[in-house]
Amino acid sequence: MTWSRGLWIAALLAPAVLIVSLFVLVPLASAFVFSFYSWNGLARGAWSGLANFNTVLFVEPFASWTRNAFTHNVTVFIAVMIAQNGTAFLIAWLLLKALPGHRIHQVAIFLPVILSSIIIGAMWKLFLNPIFGLVNQSLIALGLGEWAQPWLGQSSTALGALVLVNTWHWLGFPALVFLAGMQRISSDVIEAARLDGATDGQLLRRVIWPLVAPATTVVVVLTFIGSFNWFEMPYVMTGLDGSPAGATDVLGLYFYRTAFGNVTSGLQDFGLGSALAVLMFLFIGIVAGFGALYLRSREVRE
Amino acid sequence: MVKITRRAALAGLAGTVAMPAYLRDASAQAQTELSFWTWRQEDRTQYATLFGEFTQANPSIKIAFQGFEPQNYGSALSTALAAGRGPDVIHIRAYGGTEQFAKAGYLTPLTRANVPEIGNLPAAALGSVSMRSDKQVYAVPFASQTLGLFVNREIFTRLNLKVPETWAELMATCNTIKQTGGGIFPIANGMATAWMVEVFTSIFTSSWHGREFVADMLAGKATFEDPRYVEALGKLLELREHMPTGFAGVDYATAQQLFMSGRAAMFAGGSFEIANFRRQNPKLAMEFHAPPSRTAGAPRLVSLFYDGGYAVNSKSEKAAAALQLVRHMATPAFGTRFSALLGNVSPINGVTITDPMLARVTELNTSASDYIMAVHFRFQEPTGSNLLQGGIQRLMSGQATPAQLAAEITKGIATYHEPFRRG
Repeated sequence: MTWSRGLWIAALLAPAVLIVSLFVLVPLASAFVFSFYSWNGLARGAWSGLANFNTVLFVEPFASWTRNAFTHNVTVFIAVMIAQNGTAFLIAWLLLKALPGHRIHQVAIFLPVILSSIIIGAMWKLFLNPIFGLVNQSLIALGLGEWAQPWLGQSSTALGALVLVNTWHWLGFPALVFLAGMQRISSDVIEAARLDGATDGQLLRRVIWPLVAPATTVVVVLTFIGSFNWFEMPYVMTGLDGSPAGATDVLGLYFYRTAFGNVTSGLQDFGLGSALAVLMFLFIGIVAGFGALYLRSREVRE
Repeated sequence: MVKITRRAALAGLAGTVAMPAYLRDASAQAQTELSFWTWRQEDRTQYATLFGEFTQANPSIKIAFQGFEPQNYGSALSTALAAGRGPDVIHIRAYGGTEQFAKAGYLTPLTRANVPEIGNLPAAALGSVSMRSDKQVYAVPFASQTLGLFVNREIFTRLNLKVPETWAELMATCNTIKQTGGGIFPIANGMATAWMVEVFTSIFTSSWHGREFVADMLAGKATFEDPRYVEALGKLLELREHMPTGFAGVDYATAQQLFMSGRAAMFAGGSFEIANFRRQNPKLAMEFHAPPSRTAGAPRLVSLFYDGGYAVNSKSEKAAAALQLVRHMATPAFGTRFSALLGNVSPINGVTITDPMLARVTELNTSASDYIMAVHFRFQEPTGSNLLQGGIQRLMSGQATPAQLAAEITKGIATYHEPFRRG
């Protein structure tokens, strides 16, 4: 009886397992293998052990490029956590209060999420154009001409501009996750807190924040993975080089450039590219894994 | 009713199948269909004409054109070749772009035995599609590109300006445009597109560092820290006040738009823009000139490089037909047609160029300097281009001095270039 049941389950799982192995596991494994070889042009050369890893981590200028890109990923993660997820939490709270017009706002906030990053990137690149762009034109129209900046062309503003565009794009998603989490809180709990005289601030901090912990787990883990795999937005808006001068370079761009080459400046090196991919995979996997474990334990505790 | 329709449909279907078969028989011999891959997807119609003419002369060979997005072409091609597939005839990029494919054994070596027509090509052009180690040629070069200064004739005439021949004249011209041009930017270029930064740099520095510096450097007698190169880099800073507002954020497309719409008077760019500008604004009155010299009487140098070539896949099962096509593509007749249709300069000797602007470009090519990084330092990482592009962005935004940048470039290239390690 159990034997035939097992067979059934296996048969039903087989197509999914097949697809996952073909399109996820095999490429992962091959990247892993590639990273241990030296590459002669585009053909695989001799086994080179950890040489590729050594190059991307410790040999200049690759090491400082890796460091630079990694630092930007960390910055992006922190900035997105604050700018995007912080705002999303407050918006979810406002939506929960069901103020007049909250349904329209709920839709409006979620709307950009369904657009492709490529479209949003291209659109905002136009908005941020230093000469024709909507942003600078508006600033000039408001008499704030000296605030007009070449946003994407300065190392001081480029990454920040990208983070803000990313926030504009994705804000609706964490907002919706938080809102769902808040709606799951039993109204008894909130009413009890209100009867005890809790203000909005106390209610948010002491009741709602601990009780939406499962939603927070989801949002933090997804933000982490998203920040470290960030690619489309900088690719569309500042290019494969992470212009200007690597100020918007992130690991995704750096990996792509290394493995597949940047036609206007560089060459392809599958070995170094694969080494980077393996390092990224390990880092994201390990940190996201431990992070999720910690956040889960926090859910129970609070 | 249904039955009749179905029968009619079947008859129709049979007809459509029969037609090409009949036509194929009429063309006398068995057809070989070659596949051709390129990143020049916008040239599809012109290539259809060029290939159509070839098929007319060689009815047994047809060519299927497939275009790719330029940025992804390398990865599409390398993955296909790694899997033992890929097209029969490959449009390949020059220098490091050829070498990495040739090193891997993906390309058929071209010799005077299998492609006698390579004798029609100048040595520098063949060098761009050869391996540096053994000088073996792997492709038929298809176009040379010249970097120089585009000028909007209408604006220059209206403001009564002369095309600047020296650096001092350039500065004076820029000042006049700023004062009397009514908001027109003197120079359209910006810094936001990295590869265009390298183009810009080469155009305005070549005449300053001169050809002797390049020769000395290649001979191992100078590095990028040579005073001539550092001085040339410093000159770029003088251009900043003549570039568009917020030039740090002005990308390639914006710069093109500024020039084409007459909002900027000059554009530092490549001869590959000519066809593009004409297509986008047929009314634009533009001229192409060599950049200004350092002083009166000193040479005005354009920057020259080769774009790439047509190569034959070493795994092609239709090698004979592929070689036949590539031989044709190395003839002056093809080069003449190529230049006429695509508005690019074919490097083949004996080509006739009728277009006056292109003819002017070939004239300027006689006084040219190498497009240094692409021609000499794009074979190994970190490439010279990689170091230069980001470096110039920092230089122009005041985050690095010319001397610092020159030292960084030299140090980066020295990791694999022995002559830079001494001294």
